[in-house]
Amino acid sequence: MKRIKTLNSAVLKQSAAKGGCGECQTSCQSACKTSCTVANQKCEQSK
Amino acid sequence: MVHTFQIKDKNIALDVNSGCVHVLDKLCYEIVSALEPPLTKETPEFLYGAIQDEPREDIDEAYSEIYELYSDGTLFSEDSYENIALDMKKRSPVKALCLHVSHDCNLRCKYCFADEGAYHHDRSLMSAEVGRRAIDFLIKNSGSRRNLEVDFFGGEPLMNMSVVKSTVEYAREQEKIHGKNFRFTITTNGLLLNDENTEFINKNMYNVVLSLDGRREVNDKMRVRADGGGSYDIIMPKLKKMADSRGQDNYYVRGTYTRNNLDFSKDVLHLADLGFKQTSVEPVVGDESEDYMIRREDLPKLFEEYENLADEYVRRRADGRWFNFFHFMIDLEQGPCVIKRLSGCGAGCEYLAVTPDGDIYPCHQFVGHEEYKMGNVADGEISSEIRETFENCNVYTKPSCRDCFAKFYCSGGCMANACLLCGDINTPHELSCELMRKRVECSLYIKACEAE
Repeated sequence: MKRIKTLNSAVLKQSAAKGGCGECQTSCQSACKTSCTVANQKCEQSK
Repeated sequence: MVHTFQIKDKNIALDVNSGCVHVLDKLCYEIVSALEPPLTKETPEFLYGAIQDEPREDIDEAYSEIYELYSDGTLFSEDSYENIALDMKKRSPVKALCLHVSHDCNLRCKYCFADEGAYHHDRSLMSAEVGRRAIDFLIKNSGSRRNLEVDFFGGEPLMNMSVVKSTVEYAREQEKIHGKNFRFTITTNGLLLNDENTEFINKNMYNVVLSLDGRREVNDKMRVRADGGGSYDIIMPKLKKMADSRGQDNYYVRGTYTRNNLDFSKDVLHLADLGFKQTSVEPVVGDESEDYMIRREDLPKLFEEYENLADEYVRRRADGRWFNFFHFMIDLEQGPCVIKRLSGCGAGCEYLAVTPDGDIYPCHQFVGHEEYKMGNVADGEISSEIRETFENCNVYTKPSCRDCFAKFYCSGGCMANACLLCGDINTPHELSCELMRKRVECSLYIKACEAE
């Protein structure tokens, strides 16, 4: 494509099928404690 | 749903439902902003009239690229997650505890949501027995979940280091018996850090959160000692030593910004200048009558701060001064699955807080609000009524999240802020939402810059 640069593939849709194992870190245990910041957490399966 | 926005020279389209991020030239940006799905294969006639300063063949070429993304399901894609959200939390075992080992603190931070450590009760320390019972409670309620987390929190947890140690020791014994893997974290102001407890923490803690607000004058205005003096000069060298001893990884130096330092980007950069590689600085939350609380009229200044910080962030990461800012972290390929994004932090279900007396609350921010008390680790029974309130809450139960492009990044916002500041778990705190949206935009802008 000349005019558009796509930064990533459609990961969210794919993750609906294979996600949800729940083994990842709870977001408030990382650094927030007063907000809710989930999208910057790591997927346990990708480590 | 597609969210288009411009920061500096970047034209960005976020396809909310697929999570795809597209960087567009000016013409494509104009076209995407004007379109509504479903798209037709041929260029819609109205575009030629709406965009008069571009040749028809250019409009056709731009539209064909846009249509290709649409056909691939990466632009104007549909939301197919609502059914997943319906009962996903009903199956969730408990996997994380915030253990309030100390309802006492050696600082008197003026913005403390925890009533300077006491949580609206007498100052107290958790006993080793309550620590053990909390571990038993977590294991018993964790189902098949292998990775379990315990955050030692307060007040100031280093004021009760003996119980931190005995609890870790007990959990290490129990994890072998029950086939679990404990990950410990600690959130500390650093005042009592010394070589001995640093060694223990580094050996046992998966993550450490170190509290410091930034510049000396900013930190010392809010983070004061019991005698009223500032804390920066005592704490900063200790935190630096701790961060270095962990190889500048698996920790965050975490600050809070208030109305007193709306130029908070200077505090983030100050932390980076000190050599901290893992930083987090968040807006204060709490009683809106306080004069240090962020107000709606402060938003334009804060938005500008986030944008300027984003530019400096890109510059430093490229020129050998790499550092990480928690709220700009975003992994577009390997971030959390959509199920986690729908459910959020898990408070009240997966994630619970335990007080020094063993009382259980939905999270650390609810502690001291008696109406949210769910039970006690002594008998391990928890209120199904309160749990249900949290189980039933997700991105789709919050009307204001439905049309928000950031919903899969914040997962509907902090439930404690919603309950305690807005009086309803399904009403997110709007000022926090505004700031979250800006942080998401800046994070994507950074990705666009770094992809060049």
